[in-house]
Amino acid sequence: MMSNEHSMRRVTAIRNGTVIDHIPQGHALTVLEMLGINDKTSVPVSLVMNVPSKKMGSKDIIKVEDRELTQGELDRLALVAPDAHVAIIRAYTVAEKMTINLGEEVVNVVRCTMSNCITSNPREPLPHRLKVISRFPLQLRCHYCGRTQNLVELVKNVI
Amino acid sequence: MGGLITMDDLTNEEIIAILDDAERLLPVAKGELYLPLLRGRILGNLFFEPSTRTRMSFETAMKRLGGDVVNLGDVKTSSVVKGETLFDTIQMVDGYTDIIAMRHPRQGAAQYAQDSARVPILNGGDGAGHHPTQTMLDLFTIRQAHGKLDGLKVVLAGDLRYGRTVHSLSHALTRFDCELVFASPELLRMPRDIVADLSAHGAKITETEDLYSMMNDADVIYMTRIQKERFSDEDEYAKVAGAYKLHSSDLNDVKADMIIMHPLPRVDEIHPSVDATRHARYFEQAFNGVVARMALLCKLLGVSVPKNVEKEGSAL
Repeated sequence: MMSNEHSMRRVTAIRNGTVIDHIPQGHALTVLEMLGINDKTSVPVSLVMNVPSKKMGSKDIIKVEDRELTQGELDRLALVAPDAHVAIIRAYTVAEKMTINLGEEVVNVVRCTMSNCITSNPREPLPHRLKVISRFPLQLRCHYCGRTQNLVELVKNVI
Repeated sequence: MGGLITMDDLTNEEIIAILDDAERLLPVAKGELYLPLLRGRILGNLFFEPSTRTRMSFETAMKRLGGDVVNLGDVKTSSVVKGETLFDTIQMVDGYTDIIAMRHPRQGAAQYAQDSARVPILNGGDGAGHHPTQTMLDLFTIRQAHGKLDGLKVVLAGDLRYGRTVHSLSHALTRFDCELVFASPELLRMPRDIVADLSAHGAKITETEDLYSMMNDADVIYMTRIQKERFSDEDEYAKVAGAYKLHSSDLNDVKADMIIMHPLPRVDEIHPSVDATRHARYFEQAFNGVVARMALLCKLLGVSVPKNVEKEGSAL
């Protein structure tokens, strides 16, 4: 098995930006979708999937250049990869390690997917509250209508 | 306690205590005794969807206990048509009343109202979500007939997909170890997330399209109307309309003490010939809405129902 250090060399070190490591295997594309990184994104993005990992067996890694994740983006990331490691890189060195926290409730990160839920009325001044039922695989339950929903459904409803 | 949004807001012990209160309040509900336990209290009736039984039984319950009622009235003539949010409506009625009974077309509306209100909210139905006060009167009716709730075999039939009464009732019956049979057309099956949730709580569930083969060892058959208003597609409705039509001739081999319930209104799922059989219990069930809601109003307003109602009450 290759060492973690060796596997990291699959993509080059970045000068400035964000490295998201320890993404569950096969979930890197979902992370990109949750972070709104798509074909309109102009900054360089590197992605490796199915990299051997001592801790996880296999994992995915994403490097986004010239962009530092915001707290809101970390909250979204927590839904897909609650145990990911996020490092902010400045001048080729780790300037900051950011903590992901998927608590007991997710507030104003995603909207309930039930079309007839009271939360689907944009005029109501309410917080979008979903209780965490399971971290991985993700299952959230709407505080209002009680519907349990998974990541596949929720990824389209990011706020 | 706060309000009553789902049956999860009540423990089994609280359910039994409320049913006991309701039983003692029967002579008051029937108008045989006057017991103004809620004198000076005001109920706000906020029905954003049509309702006959729920709205009227809440109003009757409050008035039988000496309380008063203010109504939102027809939504078409209220501020709702001017674009008022539910939040703003609740803020206003919260200031006018001591307790609110609410029905709303959207799921989760009752919880949202409770989050932003000072007074308790009684969920009188939120979309296809929950209808816990109906469940309380259903449980009262079942216990009245069988003397217990535990271990009964209950067949729920008809629209199990959109029928909020059966969603709340099946949760409650699971907590009392009842065996559940879900009889519905394929299109109107009980939602998968509800079945999964019930199963996770140890429910014994049989799902079938064949209602008639499941009736003979049932203790309760709970019929529901296939709700045309919940279908956006007329063709889909036409496929399932009239799926079950219970006739007195279908009841030859059922248990002698089996009861047939229905939240009403019915269309054609129970033939009028059933009304005269000893099994029909839906009109008593509708009356029980008053007594169950009386007990709930007392509970949520923190008013104790006296142990000896006959002694405390006075003749009208």
